[in-house]
Amino acid sequence: MRGRPLLYTSYESDQAIFNTMAKKVFAGLGLLVLVLLPFNVVPGLGFLAAGDWLRLLSTVAIFVIGGLGLNILLGLAGQVSLGHAFFMGVGAYVAAVLGGDPEGVRLGFGLPLWIWLPAAGIVAALIGIAFGPAAVRVRGLYLAFVTLGLVFVGDYVFRNWISVTGGAEVGRTFPPLQFRLWKEEEPLIDFTSDGAWLGIELISEAKTFYFVLAAALLFMLLAKNLQRTRIGRAFQSIRDRDIAAEIMGVDEFRNKLRAFGISSFYAGVSGALLASFVGTVIPSRWDLFLSIQFIAIVLIGGAGTVAGVVLGTSFVILLPRVVQDATLWMQDVVKEGDSLLATLLDLVVATDSTDFGLVNTLPGIGPGLSVFQLNQVIYGLLIIGFLIFEPLGLYGIWIKIRNYWKGWPFTY
Amino acid sequence: MIPDLLILAQETTVEPSQLGFMVVNGLSLGAIYAVLALGFVIIFKATQVLNFAHGALAALGAFFIAYFATIINIPGRWMEGAPGWLQWSLSVVFALLASAAVGMLLERIFLRPMLGEALFAVAIVTLGIDIIIRTITNDLIGLNSLPMGDPFGLSQIGFGCEAGRFLGSIDLTDVCTVRVPYTTVFQLSLTVVLVVGIALFFRSRTGIAMRATAWDQETARAQGISVGRIFALSWAIGAAMAAIGGLFISMFPRRPGGVDTFTAFFAFRAFPAIILGGLDSILGALVGGFAIGFAESAASSYLTFEFLGTGFGGVVPYLVMLLVLLIRPYGLFGTEEIRRV
Repeated sequence: MRGRPLLYTSYESDQAIFNTMAKKVFAGLGLLVLVLLPFNVVPGLGFLAAGDWLRLLSTVAIFVIGGLGLNILLGLAGQVSLGHAFFMGVGAYVAAVLGGDPEGVRLGFGLPLWIWLPAAGIVAALIGIAFGPAAVRVRGLYLAFVTLGLVFVGDYVFRNWISVTGGAEVGRTFPPLQFRLWKEEEPLIDFTSDGAWLGIELISEAKTFYFVLAAALLFMLLAKNLQRTRIGRAFQSIRDRDIAAEIMGVDEFRNKLRAFGISSFYAGVSGALLASFVGTVIPSRWDLFLSIQFIAIVLIGGAGTVAGVVLGTSFVILLPRVVQDATLWMQDVVKEGDSLLATLLDLVVATDSTDFGLVNTLPGIGPGLSVFQLNQVIYGLLIIGFLIFEPLGLYGIWIKIRNYWKGWPFTY
Repeated sequence: MIPDLLILAQETTVEPSQLGFMVVNGLSLGAIYAVLALGFVIIFKATQVLNFAHGALAALGAFFIAYFATIINIPGRWMEGAPGWLQWSLSVVFALLASAAVGMLLERIFLRPMLGEALFAVAIVTLGIDIIIRTITNDLIGLNSLPMGDPFGLSQIGFGCEAGRFLGSIDLTDVCTVRVPYTTVFQLSLTVVLVVGIALFFRSRTGIAMRATAWDQETARAQGISVGRIFALSWAIGAAMAAIGGLFISMFPRRPGGVDTFTAFFAFRAFPAIILGGLDSILGALVGGFAIGFAESAASSYLTFEFLGTGFGGVVPYLVMLLVLLIRPYGLFGTEEIRRV
């Protein structure tokens, strides 16, 4: 079979996660780069070893988990949900109650990470399953509104259940990412402090990064596997044509409950990790905008694919940083000189409160949009743009590029 | 002002009626939700677009009104002798035209390319539009709220007031059984005018063309109806109605200071009203709007138990919506989707 790279002689090899040599090689290389990142040895990517960039990459890993959850619901099972942020909030507060400081101001039992992290997912999944029957009864666009209601009802509960959430303006602290066997004083593995692991000196950001990276990889593997199972195929048949699926013996009710359950499990774990990673979170963190961010992740990346979720998350999470850096750079250019570039960029950025510009770096005041507002506008434009021009998202663009080289010189 | 109020409250024998307050408040809220729902339903019926950007359009429209009426004073600056209410009304008309233009532009730029795509994909496009408009509007409004410049102000009509004045214009310090803000009267009358106007419009030649388009786009086109023009028109009407909804939200007693960054958020509560009535029913929009308005008002007035915390009235619309959808998945008046095999 040499020289016939796409010839499969068994179902197993056809359905394998890495079914070509190229995929194996690039997945291995990618993993190697990610593991070596904090050591500043990868040429060209050295800047990513800094603490702030590692924190950003950790955020990407956490959002990948949440994005995979929405992808299972939206991309595989075809159910529109604007309530993802609500399930993330549930996961976060379950984690906070189980793992929180028992002597703290708010409710907490001080249980170890290996209890609170799975429990966050399980409780969120149970609530998702409890919500499932509504999704069977209410279809399509009406479902989007029901899940929208879920976000607002959740927001009200979170704001008022002060003993758990800390209330609207204050918020509460969440258990840190430390691994203990039980409630002992010294954590067995601490992901939140500088120090040596097996004799290798690491900063705290690098340790956190390794932990969430491992979690994200595990959930990616699970999601990828789910697509290849009976359940995953049942989800896709419901997405494509629910009546046809039922005629073929796919139980719509049971599979929609499963889809909501699995999706909410991912959301719960992601929410618990996010809250724990950030440290202190106010209830309005779990608002409609977070849900929309996840919809943006799935749509920009490409609905229905694991690789798409990773691409989409990287794009959505890293975009604000890139926009901010670009704005600061433009500001420097404008302030520095009177070259042609500076004159052009002066129209884009506002350097003081009287200057005209599309964007400014002054907080809150001044003409033009702040960097945060500009990011939101860009999110909106990207969602619209991808839906109009490239419904398959970044993954679709990648497939087009790949097929161009694969089939060269033929275009078919 | 405040010491007077305290003294009056001690001396008075008049008991403010909680029921009366609830009814007036419910009517005012109902008018807001009904107008927002009407605009939404018109867009959905004619173009099959589920417009998540409706709340943002409401805030933008309210900003336009504040901008035309109080900041640049157009057309008031060219007609100095005219009475204040006329200047303000003309400013509102100008602002509504601006909102309608924005609605038409949105349809032409973002939604025309999505024609024939899945309803869900189009709905997500409007979600994107919502983020953009809301962000830009909030930036335009700024940190402080902008006054709407309406001639009604804080004036109210009182019923059963202290000091022998049984009925008439009162100020805030008087104690009355029921007080009706002028703005509520204005909101209700304008809502009635709009509903009658829409009912008449649907009997006109253009209105019939719009109904035909809602029924079947291709057949309508075969009859010589310019479907594109109908789409533009329905978005213009929908956006203008959203602007009126935004105006209603930004008036006393909802947002006494005028339009601010909360306006778009408030308009989101019109979605339960839309769902309650059914996405594609004009009558449903009215009934749903006032039902949700009364439910919210009643909850705010009577359900004041401590364990419910703050802001329970604000989630009542969503709770009502969740309940109704479980019993009637297509709302009270919505068309049931027939699924063919």
